[in-house]
This record gives sequence, C-alpha cells and structure tokens, in this order.
Amino acid sequence: MTDQTASLASFTGEEAQKKLRKRHRAERRFRAYGVAAILFALAFLVFLFTSIFSQGWSAFLQTSIKLPVEFSQDVINPSGNPDAEDEIFRANYVKLARAALYKQLGIDAEDRKVRRDANKLLSRGVDVQLRDMVLRDPSIIGKTEDVWLLASDDADALLKGSIDRKTPSDRRAVNDQQVAWIDQLVDKGDMEKRFNTGLFVNGASSNPETAGLGVALIGSFFMMLTVVLLAVPLGVCAALYLEEYAPKGKISDTIEVNINNLAAVPSIVFGLLGLAVFINFFGLPRSASLVGGLVLTLMTLPTIIITTRAAIRAVPPSIREAALGVGASKMQLIGHHVLPLSLPGILTGTIIGLVQALGETAPLLMIGMVAFVVEYPTTPLDPATGLPVQIYMWASSAERGFVERTAGATMVLLAFLIVMNSLAVYLRNKFERKW
Amino acid sequence: MEAKVEDRPAMTVEQPAEPKETDDAAPAALGELKIKATDVNLWYGEKQALFDVNLEVFGQSVTALIGPSGCGKSTFLRCLNRMNDVIDICKVKGDIRLDGEDIYAPEVDPVQLRARVGMVFQKPNPFPKSIYENVAYAPRLHGLCATKAQMDEVVETSLIKAGLWEEVKDRLDAPGTGLSGGQQQRLCIARAISVNPEVLLMDEPCSALDPIATATIETLIDELKENLCIAIVTHSMQQAARVSQRTAFFHLGKLVEVNDTSTIFTNPSDQRTQDYVTGRFG
Repeated sequence: MTDQTASLASFTGEEAQKKLRKRHRAERRFRAYGVAAILFALAFLVFLFTSIFSQGWSAFLQTSIKLPVEFSQDVINPSGNPDAEDEIFRANYVKLARAALYKQLGIDAEDRKVRRDANKLLSRGVDVQLRDMVLRDPSIIGKTEDVWLLASDDADALLKGSIDRKTPSDRRAVNDQQVAWIDQLVDKGDMEKRFNTGLFVNGASSNPETAGLGVALIGSFFMMLTVVLLAVPLGVCAALYLEEYAPKGKISDTIEVNINNLAAVPSIVFGLLGLAVFINFFGLPRSASLVGGLVLTLMTLPTIIITTRAAIRAVPPSIREAALGVGASKMQLIGHHVLPLSLPGILTGTIIGLVQALGETAPLLMIGMVAFVVEYPTTPLDPATGLPVQIYMWASSAERGFVERTAGATMVLLAFLIVMNSLAVYLRNKFERKW
Repeated sequence: MEAKVEDRPAMTVEQPAEPKETDDAAPAALGELKIKATDVNLWYGEKQALFDVNLEVFGQSVTALIGPSGCGKSTFLRCLNRMNDVIDICKVKGDIRLDGEDIYAPEVDPVQLRARVGMVFQKPNPFPKSIYENVAYAPRLHGLCATKAQMDEVVETSLIKAGLWEEVKDRLDAPGTGLSGGQQQRLCIARAISVNPEVLLMDEPCSALDPIATATIETLIDELKENLCIAIVTHSMQQAARVSQRTAFFHLGKLVEVNDTSTIFTNPSDQRTQDYVTGRFG
C-alpha cells in the first residue's frame, strides 16, 4: 500500500497542472458537443417551421368577391311552389352568380369569349355556396343580396402573389383582361382575402378553393374518441395487473417482451391487421373511422401499457408498505395510493400515445381511409378521412391551392399536437404531488 | 465486517441453533404472552433467511431484536404481521400465534391482522395527504368511525398518544410530508396506533432520525408500551438497552439468544452474543 502511494504522481507539480488543464479542456469540449447537437436540432426545427409557415399561412386566407346576387324566382323556383325542394336543389345557381358578376364588371353578356374569361374568376363552388344560402333561408328568393362568393383558384393565386404579373400573358394562368378585372374589383373593395372558414368546415373537393378539413377533423375526432375509450382503460388495467398482481415468472416475462415488441411494430403492419381482422373478418365498413380508431387503439396500447407500468413502478415502495401496514387491501392500495400517485405519468403517457395516433397515416391508408369524402360523417361507421391522410392526399395534388392547403393542414395538425403535448405537461405539473 | 471475528466457524449454518429460552425467568413486569413463534423458517426463493426461530413476545413491554445486518431480524418482524406475504418469492413455514391464534391459518385475513398488528417503518413514510388524513386513513379503511366527530376524536387521541398533537393541532390540513423527519415518524406512529392495535412492530424507527428526534421517539415508545406489546428492530445496542425489557439476538438467520435486556447486555450465555454486544463484531 505504502509503495503504491509513493509511486503516485504529485498533485502540485508542473506535470499535474498540465494534466488538470487537459482535463478542463476535455470537459469544455464535451459540453460544447452537447450545445452543438442542440443547436443543430433547433436549426432544423426552425427550418421546418419556417418552410411550413411560409407556405401554409396563406391557406388560412381565401379570396372572395362581393357580388349583389339577385336570387331570382325564375331561376331558383320557377314553379313557385316553396315545397319543391328538388327543384330548388337543382336550380342553376351558377347562372345567378355569373349574371351578378357581369353586372358588377359592366361587361357585355353577349360576347362569349368575354363571358368565358369572366366566368373563370368565380370558383366552381359558388353554386353550392348559393344553394346552401337558399336552403337555409328560402325567404331570400326574389331578393337581391350582397354575397361574398369564392373567387377561383387562379384569381386567388394572383392576389396571393403566387402568379407573377410580369409573366407574359400567354404563359400566365390569368390573361391581361382578367388581371384588369381583378384589379378593378380589388380597387372598389369588392374583392379581398378573407379568413378561410371553408378550410375547417368543407369536405373533400377537387377545387382547392372549396376543399377543406371538415371531414378529416371529424374523422380524426372519432378515431381519437375510440382510442381514448378503448386504449386507456385497457392499457391501464393491463399495466395494473401486470405490475401489481401478475406472478413474476416466465409468462409475465414473455408478455413483457411481446408488449415491447408490439411497440416497435411498424404501423403499416397494424393497418394490414386491421384490414384482415376488422374489415375482412368482422365485416366492418371500409373507410370507417371506427376501424381506424380500432387500429390506432392496437397501436397505442403498448405505449400506454409501457408508460403506465413505468409510472406505477415509480410509486415509492414506502407508500405501499405504509398502506399495507395499516391494513389496506391490494385494491385499496391501488385505488387510494398507486393510481393517484401514478396519475400524472399515466396521463402523460396517454396523451403522448394519442399524439402518436393522431399523426399516424400508414395504417389508415391500408383500411381505405384515403377516400374522397364530401359528406360529414355522422357516426364512426360512416366513411371519413383523418388529418394526416388529408395532408397526404392534398400533397399529391398539383394545383397551387392544394400546395398551400397541404402546408396549411400540416399547421393545423401541428397545432393539435402542440396543444396536446402542452396539455400533457400542464396535467403532469398540476397533478404531481409537490409535497 | 463480521468476517473479522475469530470464532466465525462456530457460527456457520450447520451449527444447530440453540436459543436459550428463559421463559420462567421472565420478570413479573412483563404482561401476558402475546405472540409465540415456533420453529419459524423462511425462504426468499432458494435462499433460507430464517432457521427455526422460536420467540415469545409479551404484552406491556418492549422486545428488542438486535443483530448484525442481514441477520433476519427485520424479516422475522415482518412475519408477525404477514408483511412478507406481498413478496412473491417469500415462503414462511412454522407456527406464529397471536393470543394463541395461528396468524398463518387460511381463514385469517392478513388485512385484518395488520390492523391488529401495526407497523412503523425505517423511513418515515407518511402518505402525501394532510396530517389529518394520514391518521384518519386506517380508521376509515376499517370503517371504525361512524361520524366526523368520532373521527376527529380518534385523530386527536392518536396524535396526543404519539406526542405530536401540540405541534400540529393548528395545521391538521397541512401536508404530512411537510413535517420534519422526527415529526413524520411520530405521525406514522399515530397512524399505526389509530386503530388501537394490540401489537406495534417497529422496524428501525430511529435510524433515519437525529439524536434529539430519536430521544423523543424513545420516550414515546416507553409510554406506549403501557398499553401495547412492542417489538422493535434496532441497530443501536444503546437503544435496545434503553427502551427494551427483553432482547433477542439474531445472527445469520438464527435466534441465538433471548433474555431480559439486562442479562443480554451484562451476562449473555452465548459467546456470539457477548461478542456482538461488546462490539467485537457487527
């Protein structure tokens, strides 16, 4: 022992100082690596967000034209019978909108070419817009009212600057005449970018200006509801049993390994499973959000079980002993102490699982949720899409309006994810026992 | 540390344990026989932790269980209220009787038993609830109090008995975990005695406390023993000498010797006990 001590280098000499400096340098370098890694990740995040926001913010604005539309009885309801719903439903509303536009622009309705150019300023969705107004309030028939009608994708693109005015007229989607009309309308204040409510309420459409996330939002909501109602109770009960009751042995080890394996299974495989089991075997309808929710439940279960088990395991053994020591039964121990103490962890895990499920696309493609759904789904058995699937579908469309909508929808999805994650943090802090 | 002892071979497992029981010599100060453990063997999986332990614990007195780390004294203590049941791999054989009734009989509910045999742990472990709720928890669990007034009374008496009432009576709604270590331990004692147990098991209740808090708890133990049968595991021989009337010395899973505390510390009959109490090992 003494010999060894003697042979040790001194702590004070020149050599030792050098070693110490080297050690400090290594320490600083190590810290710098960490900072660099964080900066690198942040840079990517900033890049991602800038690119999405710069492309997507314009999706929340949509160009509309204010036109005094005459809801002519002759066009809408020539029979004069207010109960003739079919007639009202099939009326030629486009004609009304166009007539109003010609009047507003002061152009000759007889010239076919001029007429055609003018028609291109209006969206193809205006008929639905006017029809809905009439169906909502039939007393409007026979009156003239100012209506903000959707402008076409091209007019919208010009206003948003994605069509360059400097491009020669023949290579531009809007010709000089149309540009002049648009400028005329804008100057009068009859054409402007307004908040795009349609993005949140409309269903699928082949026209970008009338396409919206309505169906996707409802589909995603139904799916999340299914996941919350199924995965949370199942996952928490499974975790409680495995952690508190199951005898430790080969069987519980196997189950544990397999749960971890399930968490790592690619999501598309769950989609295949859903297709084979829920649709082909149980005969549930295709494209239904219930099936989507079931598949996402299967996918989320392992996450919830694993995080819940971790949360349960983190309950201090001293509290268990204390409860058992005063004569609490196992169930009372769980109900009074284990669950309340692990609640923040369970909530966090659940929300993280939900966030994962909300952003999941691949399994939904497999069960046919990549569909063109115009009508709102009223039950989880109706065809629907989901937010990420809608993004996927829009991303594969070429129109300029769809490009910005893809980014816009991504922003909506990101907003949901951020809100849910913040909720997870908030709940964890709120329920965490600080004493 | 025990490896330093010279007569180590004498303490190997093969050596049959010969607990020197001195029942008849028990002084009149002890109460009636409360717990009688006969031939208790205990295994953690393959490993045997207790070998043929025979011990009697008397009412209105304190029995101290002493011995080096890992000698099985805590394990034995936990047998007395079946706290070992919750450990999957733990297997207990033998006969333990509380007032003549076999506590390991199939018809005995461990939950009920633990209300009769309370326990205080090494680390103060109040629930993360208010002081009031900590004490009221057990009576409520067993449905002992019908009215709020009754509950208030139970909480007050328990806290008074635990010597904590004066310190906390104005802040019963404050979190129990906000108290100091010694106060927390007294709160745990109040919680344990709130259901009027017949026996109180204490597993090194002072090992996490400073000397002043320890002294308070020791005084408390002295008062509590008037109505209770107390078994205390302790690492401190001074503490055993101070608070207990009888002392049992455990070594390597065997009960080496049990006798009046004064006898154990002044005139032990076993060499190992002598070595331990004189500080030659452990």
